[in-house]
Amino acid sequence: MQGEKILLLGVNHKTTPVEIREKIALSDGYEEPLAALKKIPACRECYLLATCNRVELIVVVEEQAEIESDIIAFLFDGSLSKEECSQYLYIYYNADAVHHMFMVAASLDSMVVGEAQILGQLKEAYRYAAQLGCTGPLLNKFLHKSFSVAKRVRTETGIGSSAVSISYAAVQLAEKIFGSLKGKKVLLLGAGEMAELAAEHLVGQGVGSVVVANRTLSRAVDLAKRFNGSAVSMDELQQQLEQVDIIISSTGATDLIIRKQDVKSVMRSRRNKPLFFIDIAVPRDLDPKLIEIDNVYLYDIDDLSSVVEINKSARDKEAVKAVRIVDEEALKFQRWCQGRAVIPTIRDLREKVDTIARLELDRTFSRLPHVNGSDKKALEKMVRAISSRILHDPLTYLKSESCTGRDNSDLKVDVIRSLFKLDNGDDSK
Amino acid sequence: MNEISYLLFLSVLGVTFIASAAYIVFFFSQNKQIRKIARLILLVSGILQTLYIVSRYIQVGHTPITSQHEAVVFFAWATTWAYLSFRWRYSVKNFGTLVSILIFLLLIISSMSSRDLTPLVPALQSWWLPVHAGVSLIAYGFLSLAFCGGIMYLLQERELKSKRFGYFFSRFPSLDALDQLISHCLTTGFIFLTLGIVTGSLWARQAWGTYWHWDPKETWSLVTWFIYLVQIHQRITVGWRGKRGAVMAILGFAAVMFTLWGVTYLLGGVHSYAG
Repeated sequence: MQGEKILLLGVNHKTTPVEIREKIALSDGYEEPLAALKKIPACRECYLLATCNRVELIVVVEEQAEIESDIIAFLFDGSLSKEECSQYLYIYYNADAVHHMFMVAASLDSMVVGEAQILGQLKEAYRYAAQLGCTGPLLNKFLHKSFSVAKRVRTETGIGSSAVSISYAAVQLAEKIFGSLKGKKVLLLGAGEMAELAAEHLVGQGVGSVVVANRTLSRAVDLAKRFNGSAVSMDELQQQLEQVDIIISSTGATDLIIRKQDVKSVMRSRRNKPLFFIDIAVPRDLDPKLIEIDNVYLYDIDDLSSVVEINKSARDKEAVKAVRIVDEEALKFQRWCQGRAVIPTIRDLREKVDTIARLELDRTFSRLPHVNGSDKKALEKMVRAISSRILHDPLTYLKSESCTGRDNSDLKVDVIRSLFKLDNGDDSK
Repeated sequence: MNEISYLLFLSVLGVTFIASAAYIVFFFSQNKQIRKIARLILLVSGILQTLYIVSRYIQVGHTPITSQHEAVVFFAWATTWAYLSFRWRYSVKNFGTLVSILIFLLLIISSMSSRDLTPLVPALQSWWLPVHAGVSLIAYGFLSLAFCGGIMYLLQERELKSKRFGYFFSRFPSLDALDQLISHCLTTGFIFLTLGIVTGSLWARQAWGTYWHWDPKETWSLVTWFIYLVQIHQRITVGWRGKRGAVMAILGFAAVMFTLWGVTYLLGGVHSYAG
């Protein structure tokens, strides 16, 4: 690559416990952090993905730039020591970064392998980055490629069909606690997408009724309507705790919403009927101490993942196939990256024009049988001259030093490559 | 007759052993075909136990429930049929494994005490004997099922609470199913236990003139009865369920065990006719 490298930094559910992830969860959207990233001088392109399970940050920087420490400082905001950072954070370069990102996109790195949500989250994050002008030619290609890899994995392997999501895990646990879910009452705290999905699964398993509590009541009413349920305000939480059986919490609140003493006091009036809490919010909504109460079961997303582990083996075979696809695509992308450098582009361009010239010459000669040796030579010479004169300007353009001193050869390579359609060979297979 | 009876006892031991082995194999493999076979073998064991008790009845001429050996066989028989006769053997996953092992253990214990025929002491020659002792041992059968349920509940609850899903998680039934099982077995067992104590008391009035004379076995039966009474009462009124219910079912069963063996060996009294 000509003078730039891809750098990927991240934390995910495997490397980092939820307590640490809470500290870097970027709950206020993508705009601010992306704008901040853009200001780092060496950073040419950047992309940020933040979900409840992972934060992935991709930057394209100049080859020699050492901006890792800047970015680490940006991510953790100084809340962690250096040792802790290196313990939790992973950093990948170039080919490894590409491979990792493809794994993420194909949902092979997900907590629930094969779940489809991640691709949507990837695309949404890309939309933000593109709107803010953070992505350039390299990342555009990179991210589009990861979308198509994800699609390919989904269509060519069975990994999505047996995909068990967090909500599926929740249903499985609920069944171990309640036996049948018929007639059980579900309370959704917060009207997020994850909660909606989980509720959908539970209703599919025959759950009796759904209650939605949300800070903005109108959103709660909308969601409740979907499940033929009712909406309540957050103030009525305590009364609701006496009646419901399953609580799924996914609010964006920074504080705990339900504390241990809140639940302890309702257990008596519930006559010790079991309560099942699922906390899919980051930062967490529910007091981790709830688990200490008899007949109360509390799971956060990390815990749910270990449930999903149980029926993992069936998917492992498909995962092997999927990883092979990712390996293959990562290699192809690597080749494409190398092709982006100036020298290979010049070679490709020459080759293309030469091939065309050769082809047309052969065709002409076959139609003109009477043309003899010296005439042939003259014609060939002329064709070569034409093609090299045509090539002259694009080649000078490619080789030129840009006047501002900033190396924008990646842009030029991109222009030439798309103008002359030099990437066809890579994509067709 | 003695040979036939002995052969029957040996076959009961053998068949029950095979049944629990099959249940254990099923527990690990989760192969439904094996469960079917295990159920069938346990049923055969139940029938053989019945035949053995009948043969014993013919031999001694009264309900064979007076010696240590006979009482424990009767206990195993009650547990077997309590398990076989109720429909929760379908809804409570892998319950049979634990129960079949318990039955086998009881039979092993019975085989260790003397199989000698003991003539009935005059005090016991009454039709109250099968009613009182039989009903009490049937109660023990149900209470032992509640005990098995309690153990499974505690194991499953621990996995759910610790969030480490090990071997039992997928193999054990839901907490709710276990809780219901405990509740049903406790209630049924408690009714039989009450009947056992009432019949015993009536019999004592007839035989000795007083309803109750604080013989150690009677006292401990009463203690056991109160343990179960309290937990059933609490279950109904304030909802003592879940872990506490399971612990209480296990505690109650410990009291039953003590009443059955501890009292006879440690405290003596009018109930220790044999042993």
